[in-house]
Amino acid sequence: MFPNDAAPRRVVVTGMGIACPLGLGVENVWKRLLAGESGISAIQSFDVKDLPAKIAGQVPIGSRAEGKLDLNEWIPVKDQKKMDRFIQLAVVAAVEAVEDSGWLPKAEEDQAATGVMIGSGIGGLTTIYEASQQIAAGKAKRVSPFFIPSALINLASGHISIRYGFKGPNHAVVTACATGVHALGDAARLIAFGDADVMVAGGAEAAVSEIGMAGFCASRALSTAFNGTPQQASRPWDEGRDGFVMGEGAGVVVLEEYEHAKKRGAKIYAEVIGYGMSGDAYHITAPSETGDGAYRSMRAALRSAGVAPAEVQYVNAHGTSTPLGDDLELGAVERLWGDDARGLAMSSTKSAIGHLLGAAGAVEGIFSILAIRDRVAPPTLNLEQPSRESPIDRVAKVAQERPITVALSNSFGFGGTNASIVFRAAP
Amino acid sequence: MSETAEKVKKIVVEHLGVDEAKVTEDASFIDDLGADSLDTVELVMAFEEAFGVEIPDDAAEKITTVKDAIAYIEGQKG
Repeated sequence: MFPNDAAPRRVVVTGMGIACPLGLGVENVWKRLLAGESGISAIQSFDVKDLPAKIAGQVPIGSRAEGKLDLNEWIPVKDQKKMDRFIQLAVVAAVEAVEDSGWLPKAEEDQAATGVMIGSGIGGLTTIYEASQQIAAGKAKRVSPFFIPSALINLASGHISIRYGFKGPNHAVVTACATGVHALGDAARLIAFGDADVMVAGGAEAAVSEIGMAGFCASRALSTAFNGTPQQASRPWDEGRDGFVMGEGAGVVVLEEYEHAKKRGAKIYAEVIGYGMSGDAYHITAPSETGDGAYRSMRAALRSAGVAPAEVQYVNAHGTSTPLGDDLELGAVERLWGDDARGLAMSSTKSAIGHLLGAAGAVEGIFSILAIRDRVAPPTLNLEQPSRESPIDRVAKVAQERPITVALSNSFGFGGTNASIVFRAAP
Repeated sequence: MSETAEKVKKIVVEHLGVDEAKVTEDASFIDDLGADSLDTVELVMAFEEAFGVEIPDDAAEKITTVKDAIAYIEGQKG
């Protein structure tokens, strides 16, 4: 499996791209996030009268110059219909990340050393719904020839590889809401193991649709008490929280072998130093009652990073704003950090953008990297009255300047799948 | 230009995202207008929908240019 004389190689982040409810463009989104703005709003694009949850985080429509999304600026019209929205969002974030990295290889061997690993929690759900409706209406023969390639999860990776000629490993992660972190971590390992020198990695999700909302409403996961005040709905750790707010978007990073990045003079944002995973083996949707899965995932990530909890200054929490999950994660962090919990900052940026499901870990990974770059912890909006006290500073409502050099980001998914990733300031 | 020809060209422009000027009657969907095999399947479905005709697969395979499409549709409509 592993080359005889090889040691794992170092992996750094050299490009980043985001499409999320706070807009497009990493710097634009980051600025709005630090300012305490929210991307949550009432759903207008379809009828929500039969749904108990009527709000979501939606990517704003407008020009790229305004930090908003006009698909025609990114993807030729004729190709848009070959992609479910999750693929379109993945392409947008990937284009930004690749342009940011400056890595546009033309030589065959460089292309072969560059891979793609973009995941999604659910994939082309809306596309499947629409095709089903055609079939139910007796129009099976009218199903588009692009239906299947539009719905398949790995086609985000496929489209990005075709667009740029990236001929290395072409892979896709599917682990529900843990997808984004698994994609970054797995892609980093492919580089560390020598399968690729560069990986374009991330997650994308577009489940703000009738079928997506109906499904998560049915699993009783969504907030329903704040339909009239959408920006207050996502409130991790607050006693008034009542479920997560669905969000759509994509986060993509360019991961690169350290020497490769140095040699071409690439801008280096941070280093990926640790990655850990675990399974709850407990319940299909509920987190394990002890928070043990989260604990073991973070412990494994810190072990692989070779850092002690005390060396980590910031945690970007999974923190979805569900009654059960938030405090279980908090408890797991307190247990792992022990006496060092007092110096730790932990926030949930889902308070501003909602829960981007399979894209969450990638977008939040980018926020963690930026927290290191700018030495600032982004805020947890709407944290008015914590449901319980903690020695950990949860960065309520206002961003905090802090000497952050190492950050950990958590993502946990249905099925009891957990992943944690650790970044350190650029070497 | 016949009404059918105009409508066919309009559908081709919309589906393949190409300039109207490039959609001449001799233009080949694949060689001249950048379509791939799935694009042509979708085009034929769009013709079926727009003109209310059935184009069986063996006939569809022979429709490779704008002219072929116009001729087939006009033939069906009698």
